[in-house]
Amino acid sequence: MDKLKRFAIDYVTYVVKGSPAFYAWVAFLGLLILGLLYGTYLHTADGLRYTGLTDQVHDGLYLANFVFLVGIAAGAVTIVFPAYVYHHKGLHAVAVLGEMLAISAVLMCILFIVSHMGRPDRLWHMLPVIGIYNLPNSMLAWDTLVLIGYLFLNLIGGFYFLYKKYTGQPLNNKFYMPLIYVSIVWALSIHTVTAFLLNTMPSRPMWHHSMMPIRFILTAFAAGPSLIVLIFLIVRARTRLWIDNSAINQLATIITYCLGLSLFLSLSEVVTELYANTEHALGLQYLMFGMHGFNDLVPWFWGSLAASLGAFVILLTPGLRRDYRWLPIACSLAFAGIWVEKGMGLLVPGFIPTPIGEFSQYFPTTLEIVVTLGNWALGFLILTILLKGAIGILLGDIAYATSMQDRVTASDTGVSPTPELT
Amino acid sequence: MTMSDDARANMEWAEWFQGNYRLMTDEEKALARARLERRYSREYGKAVSVDGTPAQEGVLMGYALNIKKCIGCRRCAKACVEENNQSRGKDQEIEWIRVLKMEKGEFSQEKMNQGYPEGLGIQVGGNAYSPAGVVLEGEHYYQPEAVPEKDSAYMPIACMQCEKPPCVKVCPVRTTYREADGPVVIDYNWCIGCRMCMSACPYWARRFNWSDPKLPKEAMNPVTHYLGNRPRMKGVVEKCTFCIQRTRKGRYPACVEVCPTGARKFGNLLDPNSEVSRIIARKNVFRLKAELNTFPKFFYFMD
Repeated sequence: MDKLKRFAIDYVTYVVKGSPAFYAWVAFLGLLILGLLYGTYLHTADGLRYTGLTDQVHDGLYLANFVFLVGIAAGAVTIVFPAYVYHHKGLHAVAVLGEMLAISAVLMCILFIVSHMGRPDRLWHMLPVIGIYNLPNSMLAWDTLVLIGYLFLNLIGGFYFLYKKYTGQPLNNKFYMPLIYVSIVWALSIHTVTAFLLNTMPSRPMWHHSMMPIRFILTAFAAGPSLIVLIFLIVRARTRLWIDNSAINQLATIITYCLGLSLFLSLSEVVTELYANTEHALGLQYLMFGMHGFNDLVPWFWGSLAASLGAFVILLTPGLRRDYRWLPIACSLAFAGIWVEKGMGLLVPGFIPTPIGEFSQYFPTTLEIVVTLGNWALGFLILTILLKGAIGILLGDIAYATSMQDRVTASDTGVSPTPELT
Repeated sequence: MTMSDDARANMEWAEWFQGNYRLMTDEEKALARARLERRYSREYGKAVSVDGTPAQEGVLMGYALNIKKCIGCRRCAKACVEENNQSRGKDQEIEWIRVLKMEKGEFSQEKMNQGYPEGLGIQVGGNAYSPAGVVLEGEHYYQPEAVPEKDSAYMPIACMQCEKPPCVKVCPVRTTYREADGPVVIDYNWCIGCRMCMSACPYWARRFNWSDPKLPKEAMNPVTHYLGNRPRMKGVVEKCTFCIQRTRKGRYPACVEVCPTGARKFGNLLDPNSEVSRIIARKNVFRLKAELNTFPKFFYFMD
């Protein structure tokens, strides 16, 4: 128990200490989080009337970000899977960073859902025993279940690994490996169930495709590792933790495959819908070309397509993919392209036209954007804390042995040691 | 007036902690309704009753609408707003009934050659590009001087009270459910505002309270039902309940009562002699979006 206490204390002490750049980053995020607090206050006090949502388009930016971030959480498995199933050495060394990303992504999902809810104060109605859980009927109930499950799998797996590393003990593989294998399958389930959330509703023909779950998985396995590559490159540049080229190249390969396949599925969907051009294709037509003078989403669609295609072309060229000046560009493009595709390209046009054929436009209000930025900022703050602690442990900066030593020295000299930080 | 703010807060706390209405015991239900009656009476300055009459044995409510008789006057929509305490005003108007206006299209001699390939183009069709009375181009924001307008047909829609309601299936907390006598209702106090039911509804029949409803004190209808027209709060979904507060007492829904052409009919589907049962048996009847297998209890017919 004493070890666990030391672990928590050392972890926190290490995380809160940092360079001016680190504090500036945290302060910047803090500023954005203030916006979130203000927005949440307005939402709670006055309802959702400050948003651009209407009875026609009643799910917007918040739910779009939720859907996207479930993908990011699921995408973290692109580290864990090659690391533990294919014993990829470079990724194995940093697999725990993927778990940290998954934890923060799931927490961001929950934040966005809370912002999206009309009555978040009644969320307890969903809790088993004191509330009602509409299983097996409600996809939202399933989604909550798999998301919370994934959160716990990663929390337990990630922190078990870090704790063992901290104390210098070997991992108990009989406990750890099943956890890893379950979490790999579970990662697939979270984005699949999120797709089911949308595509099980024939009332929204644009979503009513059996292709959606697989497309969700593919975009997740492109957007997730894109973010991870960017983070890895930053970690390499800013900390003493060296992430092997082989790890980054492996992720780049995964992004290439998944992005290519998802583009192929998009093409199939467009052809299927537009060739027959039934009434059910109105949503897609509105998205691609605009209808009845409403064309807000048109630049988003083509922009997203251009970004994804651009990223794919860069990644497909071996010379550029292995060039670490080009790779971050491709990753940013893929990340942005898929973010738009999930939000402006999927969620919003699903509601246009309404089931009775009404066309309307949705554009997020400033407050919605402020709250969204705040949710991202809070997520990145959590990610920063988790990654910094994890890196500290991987580097050996936080370790039980040195902690004990330091405690002795500290009581001798009265000076507490300051580990070197980024 | 003697109630302090504290007392009010206490009552709302008790409301917040209450369970799902369907699962409450009879005593708990009575307590919940009494709590609401006290709060509403104070808020609206009049004696408000919150009824809890349960579904009657041997009754299945059904609705029939003669689309040939509808003139698009929209009195039904207005009567519904007044009866059911919906929010009013420009920035937050909630209507449960929408009357779709459909232009009567026509095929014309001039368009005979339209859509034929010019040069080696693609043949796409001829006259086919002007809709001739289709539901999915439904326009419901119209301000005519007089109704019916020339060359227009009308199709009022509201909640179809499906026998197999998609909205009930998707609700994560079972706050919306089908009552034994037919209507799909919402326990407004249990709704978490996730709006899944709105996405799932193929008839666009549900409305969300984006903020506290604008319900003028003097216009508030004090005769309410817990599952029907009692005042709603912000952040919850609401919908038509076949005027449960009236129909469970043997009255017609407000829209049926107000319709000047007698296009709207209401009755017990289990009684072969009721008006709706006779219509279903004898007239040409159709249901909207039958392909979705929602089995509405709202029937359209024509003479």
